[in-house]
Amino acid sequence: MKKTVFLGALTVAGLAAGVAGAATLDDVKARGKLNCGVTTGLVGFAAPDANGEWTGFDVGVCRAVAAAVLGDPKAVEFVPTTGKTRFTALASGEVDLLARNTTWTFSRDVDLKFTFVGVNYYDGQGFMIPKALGVSSAKELDGATVCIQTGTTTELNLADYFRKNNMNYEPVPIETNAEAQQQFLAGACDVYTTDASGLAATRATFENPGDYVLLPEIISKEPLGPLVRHGDDEWADITMWTLNALISAEELGVTSANASDMGAEAGNNPEINRLLGTEGSLGAMFGLSDDWAKNAILAGGNYGELFEKNIGENTPIGLARGLNAQWTEGGLIYSPPFR
Amino acid sequence: MTTLTDPPAESFKLSMLVYDTRYRSITFQILALVAVLLLFGWLTMNTAQNLNDLGKEPSFSFLGESAGYDINQRLIDYSSQSTHLRAAFVGLLNTLLVAAMGCATATVIGVIVGVLRLSGNWLVARLMTVYVEMFRNVPVLMWIVLCMAILIEAMPPPSAFRGDDPDATMKLFDSVAITNRGVYIPEPLFSRSLGDFHVGAAFDVSINLIAILIVLGASIFVARGIARRADAKQEATGLRPRTWHTRLAVIVLPTVVLLAILGFHLGYPELKGFNFAGGTYMRNSLIALWLALSLYTAAFIAEIVRAGILAISSGQTEAAAALGLRNNRIMSLVVLPQAMRVIIPPLISQYLNLTKNSSLAIAVGYMDITGTLMGITLNQTGRELETVLLGMLVYLAISLIISGVMNWYNNRVKLVER
Amino acid sequence: MADTHAETVLFVRDTMLPQQEPPLSTVGPVGWARTNLFSGWLNTIITIVALLFVINLIAHLLPWFISGTWNATSLNDCREMMAAVGNEQGGACWGVIRERWPQLMFGFYPAELYWRPVLVLVLLFVALAPILFADRTPTRMLGFTAVFPFLGAWLLWGGTIWNPITALLGFVVGYVVFSLVSKVVNAGVSLFVAVVASVIWWTTLAGYVVLGLSAIAPLAIASVQSREFGGFLLSITIGVTAIMFSLPIGILLALGRRSHLPLVKALCVGFIEFIRGVPLITLLFVASTLLNIFLPPGTNFDIILRVMIMTTLFASAYMAEVVRGGLAALGKGQYEGADSLGLDYWQAQRLIIMPQALKISIPGIVSTFIGVFKDTTLVSIISMFDPLGLANAIRADASWNGIYWELFIFIGAIFFIFCFSMSRYSMYLERKLQTGHR
Repeated sequence: MKKTVFLGALTVAGLAAGVAGAATLDDVKARGKLNCGVTTGLVGFAAPDANGEWTGFDVGVCRAVAAAVLGDPKAVEFVPTTGKTRFTALASGEVDLLARNTTWTFSRDVDLKFTFVGVNYYDGQGFMIPKALGVSSAKELDGATVCIQTGTTTELNLADYFRKNNMNYEPVPIETNAEAQQQFLAGACDVYTTDASGLAATRATFENPGDYVLLPEIISKEPLGPLVRHGDDEWADITMWTLNALISAEELGVTSANASDMGAEAGNNPEINRLLGTEGSLGAMFGLSDDWAKNAILAGGNYGELFEKNIGENTPIGLARGLNAQWTEGGLIYSPPFR
Repeated sequence: MTTLTDPPAESFKLSMLVYDTRYRSITFQILALVAVLLLFGWLTMNTAQNLNDLGKEPSFSFLGESAGYDINQRLIDYSSQSTHLRAAFVGLLNTLLVAAMGCATATVIGVIVGVLRLSGNWLVARLMTVYVEMFRNVPVLMWIVLCMAILIEAMPPPSAFRGDDPDATMKLFDSVAITNRGVYIPEPLFSRSLGDFHVGAAFDVSINLIAILIVLGASIFVARGIARRADAKQEATGLRPRTWHTRLAVIVLPTVVLLAILGFHLGYPELKGFNFAGGTYMRNSLIALWLALSLYTAAFIAEIVRAGILAISSGQTEAAAALGLRNNRIMSLVVLPQAMRVIIPPLISQYLNLTKNSSLAIAVGYMDITGTLMGITLNQTGRELETVLLGMLVYLAISLIISGVMNWYNNRVKLVER
Repeated sequence: MADTHAETVLFVRDTMLPQQEPPLSTVGPVGWARTNLFSGWLNTIITIVALLFVINLIAHLLPWFISGTWNATSLNDCREMMAAVGNEQGGACWGVIRERWPQLMFGFYPAELYWRPVLVLVLLFVALAPILFADRTPTRMLGFTAVFPFLGAWLLWGGTIWNPITALLGFVVGYVVFSLVSKVVNAGVSLFVAVVASVIWWTTLAGYVVLGLSAIAPLAIASVQSREFGGFLLSITIGVTAIMFSLPIGILLALGRRSHLPLVKALCVGFIEFIRGVPLITLLFVASTLLNIFLPPGTNFDIILRVMIMTTLFASAYMAEVVRGGLAALGKGQYEGADSLGLDYWQAQRLIIMPQALKISIPGIVSTFIGVFKDTTLVSIISMFDPLGLANAIRADASWNGIYWELFIFIGAIFFIFCFSMSRYSMYLERKLQTGHR
């Protein structure tokens, strides 16, 4: 079905007619582009560079899905969204996939009718304070002024935490990380709270990162993951297993450097063979080519590579794997088997 | 004898709906109405179907649920356990607060700048021009963000007040603390308070405040009575009895006595823990928004005032000068009162603009109705349709009330032409 | 006679004294300063205070501005550069502007196609010339002005050339239908029929015609998604589109508001007051979150188009008030004159009223445009990359995180240049119109 809505001379150029709901895969294939919702800018997770190329950890997921479905990691339209617009964008079909550090919660899954296809980063809300304040625990923050980045579950967690511990605080809600950072550095708030990954990323860019510390308390669970609309299980499967392919690839030692070689002919490890499509035809089961996973891995590397390249310890952001290590190394990152 | 007969009754033809001026207007109006009704019907049907597809029922029941977030700047009691409705109301009051403060200061600054732009002092006139052009030609959103940034960077943090030899000190005999989180000023306290008066279950109104307002109102009424009697005497005898001291006493004394009875004293802010405690507190998000909106709107008001003054013919100024009035009196007694009639109508739309621009509070985290109802509440509940429509209705109501009141005032001061 | 006079008077000067130089204290720079700066003790004090203020401001800001960090590639790079030259109190980091200015101007528009928006901007001025400088340009140029919206849209978005041409044909269809029908029925009805015909052309036939023509002659340039628009390109596109489309809507609304038909009047007043009563940001929320809900299931067009629609509605309410002002400023005699010539309503509007009313309204239209142009910064709140939105995105880049003033000063300066020159133009026009009336 195709609806034409004519609006002046802008029709074909500005208009993407499509049907939300069923058969997202067909839409994406017909369009030749994946519409992927990302943040308007968060260091390490998604930001456009000087050439307008988007880079980051969440962006990596988008590119992997595009590579799996269309065979081309560049075939992505990035749609920047705010905390307010992201769910509408997904629900209305403006984006096919939302990879925008979004916390997997009950109400979002059930009430807002979205399907979270996995977790690409296990996060938690933390606190950052200047060392000079001499605070060593979040329990000592009674009466503090707290900068919060709004539009997420952050406000609610914070309100709950302070109420539970019978403490007072003064919230300073701020839309963007950049503004919050400025207020925090100038001392307009004592504490800055958001997801711990964001705190670390922000701290890394300070002039004197050593003057600031993260408090040990993590006050919430924030499993961040990509999500799609309810009601299109095929599409949910594709995104979910693309993410799982990246994770399995790391576990199995398949990287962007060796995926081509390994995928050229069947090797000794049957799981790698199934993953890379040299044995069986997993891709055909959901309507993709057999080398879908290979393409996804070649797009930006496996999960570990994406992590190291965008937010890992060698980047300015410098996040340790921690909870996000493979399950074999004591982390929570775990992919169901490919068989 | 002739009998008067009706002209032959014209039979109604369908084409008359278009050609006959008697019917044409009705035809067009009915067509227009049908078109509009069809449009609305179409939109409503689409909305119903879309919401049905998304599995959402339009409902306002979320307003009764607990909000779960805190608001820093509020005029009435509120906690994270309060409902979304109350959060929206807190936001509404905040909108009204910043709009009222902004309108007042914008008018004052605007009038001063408008007059100074016509000043004989070249440097001052130029500086004012630079100010007006700078503010008028850069988006207000940028000014709001910049004001916030300046407040944050230029004012000392509370920690600068700490220690034996602090970097910053409190102003005005240790009563006012200006920090980059906000300004703390002394708050009025009553040691023998009359308590609060509960309106329904939701709102508390201080009886102290009501008592003070009643007494003050009564005194002003009496004082005006005295003035009126003096006027009458002046009309009758030509001599005006001196009454200003009695009037002053009538206004001031009862209020002072009442304050003394209530045990009025000031609570000063003090540095405690992370922040100042005690005193009343204006967050810098409020100050930045207030400042930016006032300065931005004042630039427009200055132009309106200038145009208003220039619209008064120079004969008026010259006549006033011939009467021996000094320059500032010419301005305040002759020119400005006449210019007011030209100034007020565009001034109304500036007030409306300021109120609407206050919705940009979201950029500095001031929790007005856009920040609460159409901000965090929307984010948390995912009810876009209900929150945005409700928010628009609130703004519409505010705008209509402001323009209603100002138009009423305008009609009162308008020159009655005969 | 002269002799007798000379004899009776002892001394008469018979030559004019040469004009003397005015005293030094009243002319030249000194005199100017005395009258304009130091005319009394109060003025003197004010002058000195103002002077100190200006000097202080410059002394503080200048060293910050001149920091020599033009070639820096990241904020840390800037800090190192400044530390190297011993600049302790810090300075601006201009490297971010050097690296990102094309992005602030064009957003993510493909770099090799930058010539297209630039060309459109130039053409925009050419198209505006017959309106802005009506007395100095030939009227024939108005033809280009009429074609410009289609040409400009084609250049900006690209794609096949048949799109703008078929869109333009819609108007031709409308005109042909109008001239045919108006021979039979009166102007109002034929206008209605013509509009219906054009709409039918656009909604049903145009699509097939485009397909057919592109198959025959595939004339196309690289197409650009509106998502790639950003920075000032986005602001200007939204602003210009809004004003262009809001003008006809605004005229209709203004006529409706002055109409004698109570229902039409009520509808127009309701629309105008509703739009003027709510902040633009709420309309943008509608564009970003609700418009998809209002439209038929399945329609889904991109956010820039949605924002353009809402901004157009917003601007047309203001435009209606400006045009209404222009209509009210016309003398009653103009209407009566038109009536006495036997012109019907639409003829009178087209030939007598509108040309005059619109001419008076141009300053108002320009200031509405300035307002809308400035208000396009609000789209940054709904996640679009206008200059302010881009500033946030740039600061999310690890190398520029923490930069602040430089970007805002740059963006503010460009806005100032645009708006200031437009307001100067509007003032020039107002002066010109004023002399015409006195």
